[in-house]
Amino acid sequence: MSKQTKQNLITYGIVIVAYIIVEILILTGNLSSHMKGLLVPMTYYAVIAVALNLCVGILGELSIGHCGFMCLGAFSSAFFSKLTENSLPTVPRFIIAFIIGIAVAGLFGFLIGIPVLRLKGDYLAIVTLAFGEIIKNVINAFYVGVDSKGLHFSMKSSMELGMEKDGNIIINGAMGITGTPHNSSFTVGVIVLLISLFVVQNLINSRDGRAIMAIRDNYIAAEATGINVTGYKMMAFTISAAIAGAAGVLFSHNITTLTASSQYFGYNASIMILVYVVLGGIGNIRGSVIAACILYLLPELLRGFSNYRMLIYSIVLIVMMIVNWSPKVIEWRKRTFGRLNLKRGAKEVA
Amino acid sequence: MSFLTYLINGLSLGSIYAIIALGYTMVYGIAKMLNFAHGDFIMVGCYIIFSVSSALSGNSAVGIIVAIILCTILGVTTEFVAYRPLRGAASPLAVLITAIGVSYLLENIALLIYGADIKSFSSVIKWEGVSFADGQLKIQGVTIVTIVVSIVILIALQLFINKTKQGQAMLAASEDKGAATLMGINVNRTIALTFAIGSALAAIAGALLCSAYPSLSPYTGAMPGIKAFVAAVLGGIGSIPGAMIGGLVLGIVEILSKTYISSQLSDAIVFGILVIVLLVKPTGILGKVVQEKV
Amino acid sequence: MALLDVNNLSISFGGLRAVDNFKINIEKGELYGLIGPNGAGKTTVFNLLTGVYKPNEGIIRLDGEDITRKSTIEINHAGIARTFQNIRLFKNMPVIDNVKVGLSERFKYSSLEGILHMGSYRRVEKEMNEEAMRLLKVFDLDGECETLAANLPYGKQRKLEIARAMATNPKLLLLDEPAAGMNPNETGELMDTIALVRKEFDMTILLIEHDMKLVSGICEKLTVLNFGRVLCQGETKEVLANPEVITAYLGE
Repeated sequence: MSKQTKQNLITYGIVIVAYIIVEILILTGNLSSHMKGLLVPMTYYAVIAVALNLCVGILGELSIGHCGFMCLGAFSSAFFSKLTENSLPTVPRFIIAFIIGIAVAGLFGFLIGIPVLRLKGDYLAIVTLAFGEIIKNVINAFYVGVDSKGLHFSMKSSMELGMEKDGNIIINGAMGITGTPHNSSFTVGVIVLLISLFVVQNLINSRDGRAIMAIRDNYIAAEATGINVTGYKMMAFTISAAIAGAAGVLFSHNITTLTASSQYFGYNASIMILVYVVLGGIGNIRGSVIAACILYLLPELLRGFSNYRMLIYSIVLIVMMIVNWSPKVIEWRKRTFGRLNLKRGAKEVA
Repeated sequence: MSFLTYLINGLSLGSIYAIIALGYTMVYGIAKMLNFAHGDFIMVGCYIIFSVSSALSGNSAVGIIVAIILCTILGVTTEFVAYRPLRGAASPLAVLITAIGVSYLLENIALLIYGADIKSFSSVIKWEGVSFADGQLKIQGVTIVTIVVSIVILIALQLFINKTKQGQAMLAASEDKGAATLMGINVNRTIALTFAIGSALAAIAGALLCSAYPSLSPYTGAMPGIKAFVAAVLGGIGSIPGAMIGGLVLGIVEILSKTYISSQLSDAIVFGILVIVLLVKPTGILGKVVQEKV
Repeated sequence: MALLDVNNLSISFGGLRAVDNFKINIEKGELYGLIGPNGAGKTTVFNLLTGVYKPNEGIIRLDGEDITRKSTIEINHAGIARTFQNIRLFKNMPVIDNVKVGLSERFKYSSLEGILHMGSYRRVEKEMNEEAMRLLKVFDLDGECETLAANLPYGKQRKLEIARAMATNPKLLLLDEPAAGMNPNETGELMDTIALVRKEFDMTILLIEHDMKLVSGICEKLTVLNFGRVLCQGETKEVLANPEVITAYLGE
């Protein structure tokens, strides 16, 4: 077994063991209902953190609009589930809802990626933020209803839909979608997380993944080595968006009223995911999962901490960036550790 | 007549964006970094004015001066503590993520001190304004003051950059830091000065913003900050007249689209402009092209 | 027929004619040197040959195929690989993966097989690893195949860059100042490496170099570039004896 395979298996193992422990706690009645309510959000935050790490750590481009893709996945799947709530049995409906949420988010990731990936660095980051906000704003002004004549759309108000009396408004602008079936569960969340991990970790250890990382490290050299830079960037970005869409499906099927609010889908929410990714280690997929779970649960568990959590996270974020990236700090670390190594070497010789 | 009123409101909002964008564009032009926290400097400035004027029973002039001084110190300190160590980092994302961290830090400090509830900010400009055409066209005092202040700042900055030694040093540092150092320019000090000016402008922008839109919360500065960055990109990053033009265009577009299209979609339209500009002419209206050397 | 046939190649940057009427003919198997003072346009020629810049005029033929306006990627696939003056490795990837990126055009499986680790994934990856190790062995880097490229010493980074270029199985190898920043020891080792690449892979090489000793030691033919123009072209000995060349290098 290669070193990489072993590392991947450890990641799956951690997730599965954590799942079993939580299930035992639930069965023995040791988990409060408050805690149980946190389990599904924990899984979708872990999923979107994996998605974002693919974009930031592997592709090397900062996105601060990933919650926009989550929003697309949430709305498209919830729309489908509401529409077919009475006509399809739960399991196939939920599976199709996943496929739709993933496909819609992936499609938009592809479409948005075409312009976005022509940019680099700061500009790319700010444009992802722009697209995230555009998605959120447009959905907030989006009305869809269904009656015997079929679907009606409007960008103005629910009155403009011109529906029959017995018509059913599904997406009601800023009021969003109400009454999506609660199909998400901790088990489903863990399965989605495992599949996301499987896809991302396998991708990293394949031809495509190496090409993507080569572009991250030096796109000029990658081009000269015959790597299709644009194509691979699109691929990574699309997969990342699609996985964020899967997180959105979990989200929308766990909440009674789904609205495209800033709290869940604005750029501040995207930055929160970025905090998970940075604190878990940029490019470290397993770290993202662990960081997302711990950082999501911590403030919920420690009362009083939640007021200070963002303060503490932001300080930790700044300190970590300086410690890990500052050229002077890196040099200082090399000198210090270099000396340690020398000493160790000297001992061995003696 | 009402169109004219909206147009003037747009100019006023645009002038505020322009002042913020000037800070963005100078910092980006010289330090080559997107100071994501720039918008939050505005918020800090507003809270300082708010606190000082309530302590001095409504004397906002002192508040503005204190805010300008403290914001300048904040800007220079932030640059020194958080951004300078990351100059020359292997990944350009490092300093951007740090700036996001600073933004979060400032918002959360404000949240702890003042709470999340919205404070009503009393305008620093007491002048009522003027009426034309028998009161059909009314221009508020704050609108006129905002537009005048932004023009004064633009002229002052242009003179500073083109006529003073420090201004020339900024130009040199924005072209080539290495060469500037060889010419005896202290690049670190020049960048610090840029942050000082940008942050002072943020405080002024904050006073004007909250006078025109008198609701103050820890997130007051974030959105105007991002929109001002859009304005800076639209005008051509690094260009001072560009920031002015970009700010005005953006302000007018925002107000007119809010009025005539949809208030829900006005932000989407503003961000749509950013996307289109970056695709069609990434260098903006007045920017110049820089190519990476192979 | 020459392997590389370049005629009348010109490019201007805002009025400055950086390369003017450049021509070169490289036969298969030759080791050809492109020399000239700083700013003569040598790297610009490389960037034109590899499609980083598009020429204003002229034609570039590789093995009879017109590659003049092709993209960098297409030119690499057509058979030109290069190294860079300031080393450009995939720094955060292991040595072996740097080479495997170069191999990925020749060892293929579908993206789906890659994501699922199924189908031909295992077999092709195994072949790829073997080929990568074979290449690394030639360059004496097989002992450090798991080291991050950034952690290699300077001389080995240069070697790895050549190994990665060779992994794309080129017809022509372009080396941009391979000895830049090297001490005499390392330069000597580099000369051995270049000789080895020629022998082992029967490679045609065009190299830019400042180090006259290296050039006169290994190149069979030379082109001297000055102010973007070809000053002199031909057998190494004749070129180096040309008074114009001496003037260009040493001044009046």
